[in-house]
Amino acid sequence: MRGQAIIGKHKAPTSADIVAGIVQAIREVLSRSHASAEKIGAVMIGTTHFTNAFVEARHLSRVGVIRLAAPATLSVRPLADWPPRLLDSVGGAAEIVSGGYNYDGRPIAPLDPGEIRRIAHELRARDIRAVAISSVFAPVNAAQEEAAARIVSEEMPGVLLTLSNEIGRLGLIERENATVMNSALLAMAARVMQSFRQALEELGIRAPFFVSQNDGTLLDPESMSRFPVLTFASGPTNSMRGAAFLSGASDTLVMDIGGTTADVGALVGGFPRESSIAVDIGGVRTNFRMPDILSIGLGGGSYVVSDAGTVRVGPRSVGYRLPMEALVFGGTQLTATDIAVAAGYAEVGDRDRVRHLDRKLVTAAVDEIHRLAEDALDRVKTSTTAVKLVLVGGGSILINRELKGVADMIVPSHADVANAIGAGIAQVSGEVDRIFSYDALGRDQSLQTAHAEATGRAIAAGAVAASVHVVDVEELPLQYLPGGSVRIRVKVVGDLNLGHTAV
Amino acid sequence: MKIGLEHVGDLARGAAILGTGGGGDPYIGSLMLRQAIRDHGPVDLIEVDALGDTDFVVPFAMMGAPTVLVEKLPNGNEMVAALRLMERYRNEEARAILCAEIGGINALLPLVLAARCGLSVVDGDGMGRAFPQLQMVTYHICGVPLSPMVMTDEHSNAVLFECADAADAERFGRNLVVAMGGSANICLYPMRGSDAKRSMVRSTISLALGLGRTIRESRSAGCDPFDALLSYLHTTPYYQHCRVLFEGKTVDLLRETKAGWALGSVTVEGMRTCVGRQLDIQFQNEHLVAREGESVRAIVPDLIAILDAATAEPITTEGLKYGQRVKVLGISAAPIMRSKKALEVFGPQAFGLKEPFTPLELLNPEESR
Repeated sequence: MRGQAIIGKHKAPTSADIVAGIVQAIREVLSRSHASAEKIGAVMIGTTHFTNAFVEARHLSRVGVIRLAAPATLSVRPLADWPPRLLDSVGGAAEIVSGGYNYDGRPIAPLDPGEIRRIAHELRARDIRAVAISSVFAPVNAAQEEAAARIVSEEMPGVLLTLSNEIGRLGLIERENATVMNSALLAMAARVMQSFRQALEELGIRAPFFVSQNDGTLLDPESMSRFPVLTFASGPTNSMRGAAFLSGASDTLVMDIGGTTADVGALVGGFPRESSIAVDIGGVRTNFRMPDILSIGLGGGSYVVSDAGTVRVGPRSVGYRLPMEALVFGGTQLTATDIAVAAGYAEVGDRDRVRHLDRKLVTAAVDEIHRLAEDALDRVKTSTTAVKLVLVGGGSILINRELKGVADMIVPSHADVANAIGAGIAQVSGEVDRIFSYDALGRDQSLQTAHAEATGRAIAAGAVAASVHVVDVEELPLQYLPGGSVRIRVKVVGDLNLGHTAV
Repeated sequence: MKIGLEHVGDLARGAAILGTGGGGDPYIGSLMLRQAIRDHGPVDLIEVDALGDTDFVVPFAMMGAPTVLVEKLPNGNEMVAALRLMERYRNEEARAILCAEIGGINALLPLVLAARCGLSVVDGDGMGRAFPQLQMVTYHICGVPLSPMVMTDEHSNAVLFECADAADAERFGRNLVVAMGGSANICLYPMRGSDAKRSMVRSTISLALGLGRTIRESRSAGCDPFDALLSYLHTTPYYQHCRVLFEGKTVDLLRETKAGWALGSVTVEGMRTCVGRQLDIQFQNEHLVAREGESVRAIVPDLIAILDAATAEPITTEGLKYGQRVKVLGISAAPIMRSKKALEVFGPQAFGLKEPFTPLELLNPEESR
């Protein structure tokens, strides 16, 4: 991309060796766009590598978990709810020791340096090299986690360490889970970063590279190698943001129709609306920021079945076998794609193969396809007013008329590489999630403090200070507590500082 | 019956429905109960009639902010410490643990305590749902004194106090909770077996288990969970009056906080069978009243639960957001909760509502689904 313009693209299936795949893809892009490697300003990589590795329990390190919380929290041990397969590769050493804070920052108990030292010795003796440290209310006060980290680093030189305050939001179990996941991936992350670097060197690219994280913003290589867990589930976010970018819309619904499903989400200020539901990854509960996406069984390969006068479309689908099994491609299964061709508005395959279809059936199926799409959009909309819709994906050929509740429908070009475009949007974010006392600080002062901290984090992550703006503020009063305790969550975003390089 | 690991998920989901929007997420409670059962074995659940009239029984609960509880989990010993102090003060050993609040996380915690002490839990509770204050229980309504009350924190710091009045105890307790870091373990309303028999909302632990099991089984059988829920509730002694009051999409959400309460309302815009209509639900931690225009469709203490329209997963007031597809379920409260005395304590006027209590089955005479 040059500024807003796309000057070259290439789409290739995932390769077993991701580095080789990336090298090959970049070569293709460079040769097609006649660009030279030296002129590249930045490379952005969106990868599901870490998610897959975790879910499949491949190449994970065994992690020593130290929770600073005793005497609180003993009723739920670390890794309590993890599936056995992941426990086998990650678990084995977890302790709850003296420490932690209350919601107002008062310590529950002091840290016991001797105890931390003893655990570090034991972990070293057992050849465990990755450590996760969590503490009660670490988002309110991180001092104990940091003190414990210093001791562990002294006793275990080269330790792969993650602190819960660096990773997640309030919710001890979910945050601790994410912290352990991160430590389990650290060894692999160092290797992956190294190979990305090598790959770019091989290609003669000297520009910095970035990896996209789950909220759609970027991590620099240093951050990625420290927080690989932040790349989890960046895929759907990138697709949605890419679609929006291509269409020039920042507040819109996005519908991505593939072979089997249509995924619908909402973009607010250029970012996907987040799910409020706890997200399980590989069976482990986390509180990651995930886009709120509705999937329905409507795609190009959806079965079309006539059953006692009613026509049904999906959710069964021929999926990736569409090019063999659909009627227009010489197959025997009537699919949604065949209907779009028979109705005369899509041009793929051989129309002669669907001429015999009953007109009534075709009309009813077209109605059903549009009804399904309209229903899904209505479920994602947050107001009754008509909205903008960006339509992407190979299955977008199924839609040929105005959809109810949609004021403006855009089908952008280059929609096939929306995911890569999404990764290439150069923005970084900063977030704060902790409890403030409105009685002590006042609401304005509390919000300002949260805003300033989030902005500081965004700038530390590489944002141009002047470009940082708030994309989300949430105030959740703490129930049952007088004293005006309010949980504030602020997220800010800014443009990535790419120095003087021309992008 | 014995409550084992296989029952924890059902109990938690059922308790979330009975939480009617509040009561705290039972997830942490289910993790605690699983660990307690693994460490100490399954928990014996007994009928209230199995108690001897002179048996000493003690209700247990946690009090405080759900947001604090998801960070500062209990250690379990402080629960035992609360019970032990109560026993010492009364110079008597508890025969069984009672549940005070079946809605939300407090459905599970008495079982954690019972597992750790090797005691039974009595099948029932004092609310048949969730409520925000200590005096809002049938124990109080039936004349069981709230005091003495014990509160403990994670250090097993313990405070025992006696108040003449339940509302005073609520006020004292609220201040102590803050001093204890935002959540505390409490034992209160210590009573005899005979008191439990006349004051409990009976069989509500079985009810929660049944609700959770019904949703799980209907999902795995691919049936409509709402049909299954209504059919199940018809088989229960108190909850036969149940209706899907409304179906639609959440379109408007107002929240504010006053003196530690989460106040607000949500508007559901009708869909399918309810197209062109609108339901407003007002809440104070729990759902209080559902109105369609000027007319009341259900009102506290009857239960109003908002469930995901497809999966029947209960949605808490904190989990509400724009655009959710929901069904609103109305369930009649047990008769013991609809008495004149009960309505004074947790009827509409106790929450500052103007409308009088009218039973759900009179407001919605037809068995509409």
